[in-house]
Amino acid sequence: MGRPVSRRHSIAEAAHGGRGLSASVMLAGDPRRRRKEARVRGFLFAAAAATVLVGVAIVLALIGEAWNFVTQVEFSKLWSLGWFPRRDFFDVRTIVLGTIIIAGIAMVVATPLGLGAAIYLSEYASPRTRRILKPIVEILAGIPSVVLGYFALTWISPNVVQRLFTANTFNMAAAGIGVGVLVTPLVAAVTEDALRAVPVSLREASYGLGARRGETVRKVVLPAAVSGIVAALILGVSRAIGETMVVAMAAGATGGSLLQLNPLEPGQTMTAAMTALAIGSDQVAGSGLAFQSLFFVGLLLFAMTLILNVIGDRFVRRVREKY
Amino acid sequence: MTAAETRPDPESVGAAATPQRQGREEVVFHLDGLSVHYGEFPAVKGVGLDVRRNEITALIGPSGCGKSTVLRSLNRMNDLIEIAKVSGLVEYHGVDLYGPAVDPVEVRRQIGMVFQKPNPFPKSIYDNVAFGPRIAKTDDDLDGLVEQSLRRAVLWDEVRDKLDQSAYALSGGQQQRLCIARAIATSPDVLLMDEPCSALDPIATLRIEELMVELKSDYSIVIVTHNMQQAARVSDRTAFFTVDESVTGHRTGILVEFDQTGKIFTNPSNPKTEDYITGRFG
Ligand SMILES: Nc1ncnc2c1ncn2[C@@H]1O[C@H](COP(=O)(O)OP(=O)(O)O)[C@@H](O)[C@H]1O
Ligand SMILES: [Mg+2]
Repeated sequence: MGRPVSRRHSIAEAAHGGRGLSASVMLAGDPRRRRKEARVRGFLFAAAAATVLVGVAIVLALIGEAWNFVTQVEFSKLWSLGWFPRRDFFDVRTIVLGTIIIAGIAMVVATPLGLGAAIYLSEYASPRTRRILKPIVEILAGIPSVVLGYFALTWISPNVVQRLFTANTFNMAAAGIGVGVLVTPLVAAVTEDALRAVPVSLREASYGLGARRGETVRKVVLPAAVSGIVAALILGVSRAIGETMVVAMAAGATGGSLLQLNPLEPGQTMTAAMTALAIGSDQVAGSGLAFQSLFFVGLLLFAMTLILNVIGDRFVRRVREKY
Repeated sequence: MTAAETRPDPESVGAAATPQRQGREEVVFHLDGLSVHYGEFPAVKGVGLDVRRNEITALIGPSGCGKSTVLRSLNRMNDLIEIAKVSGLVEYHGVDLYGPAVDPVEVRRQIGMVFQKPNPFPKSIYDNVAFGPRIAKTDDDLDGLVEQSLRRAVLWDEVRDKLDQSAYALSGGQQQRLCIARAIATSPDVLLMDEPCSALDPIATLRIEELMVELKSDYSIVIVTHNMQQAARVSDRTAFFTVDESVTGHRTGILVEFDQTGKIFTNPSNPKTEDYITGRFG
């Protein structure tokens, strides 16, 4: 009996470089390894903590200045004829509605185009076509927004909006369409990933039951990918809300805007309003509450995106088909 | 062409037909010189065999010999793979399955398929079974059809109280029986099964095997299996495939022998079959 045991010991010793470890120490593992693991863990924790701290700091700064604004502003100014922060008119409706109008127009453009492109690429295109088209979509996603702003102002506005309606050269519709074009590749790319993540076995099951391609897409692939599709649309809306350049260039109203619901007229979004304010910061600093209003609008934006994400999350959890 | 026209009533065939006539009418699939290429290379070539009504036909052989490929050419699932090319003759009730007038979608409604891994939709149990009938618009009495299909698949008693629950809550064996119920719900003529038990435990496997034997009174079944005991237990006829390696090193599946299962397993005519059966190869 004794010999096999001692032989096992010697194998263990050999495995540990002959440092004479007994079998019970083997269970404890190599202390150097464990120390290294602890260091890695510490580093990763520090990284995570830093991220959280920076986030919290930003939100606190935002809330602090926004609070200054809210406590100092005259409430009648928050509900006046327009958004002219340097003249102490802070009609929040103007820029919130402007944001909603432009993001809405953008999604009216980007949803059908983006989903259509994604469904085509993932379900209909041959592998060869996809190999050519997919990178093009991804390149489109990288177009600088200045380019699209210019395009919206000089092409979409005269050739689309003004051809169909009598509209101001600077108008929210052109800006919205421009933002929509900007957001489309993003929506398409994220949706396509979601569709491609649906297992082939589900498509096979559907075809095996005598479903046509359209039926398979509608009844199997899209429902299975719904959480990804909603995520794509939410990303699209967030991007549309956050987009500044196209709006600043094509929607006009750089200094401020009257409350305006007509998309054929110039308008202002929250981000564009912030940019307009931030240009020439001496003036911002000099004129009353204009500087603080930046933070207030920022906080509002933050809240909007947060609510959007929560709604999206709820929706996804309710309708998701897990696979 | 509807299923009713192509499918003779089993009783009338058994009672009235002469043996020869019966023999001819009973052939569901007639394969002759079937080859399937993926791109340039033949995955399987020169397959000839007949699948008969109300029988279980087993396709056996080592992995990669083209069993799944042959099976998928019987309901034109290979059409979904762009590089797959089918040549040779596949007749279904005397009709060229790859003829110009044939709609692959119609083919798949009559020839159901059960896959290797259970692949229920991420929907409720009810919606899984109702999927085919809803698409084929044969859903006048959907509740009845769902129940009947689940009963046929011997799953009803286990799921009758939770039809609206997700199919993913079921065990693997239950999921596979659900997939069988789902295939049955479109009232197919043939069931193709590609290693339907390979992902299941022995007890679930046994249940599926019992189910197959029960179903063959209504359907013709073609099953791929690499479990030889399974082929011996359930099938009436067995096709043994093997892999032929060319001088260039490319592997192509060929049909070695096709016969009554009893004969294949007790007295095969080809020594390769015997080697495989007795476990000397593969
Ligand atoms: N979609 C496909 N594309 C290319 N080659 C394939 C494809 N499916 C199967 N093959 C090849 O065809 C041969 C036969 O495969 P398969 O029919 O799956 O064999 P089995 O089911 O007998 O294991 C294998 O060499 C396999 O690599
Ligand atoms: Mg296979």
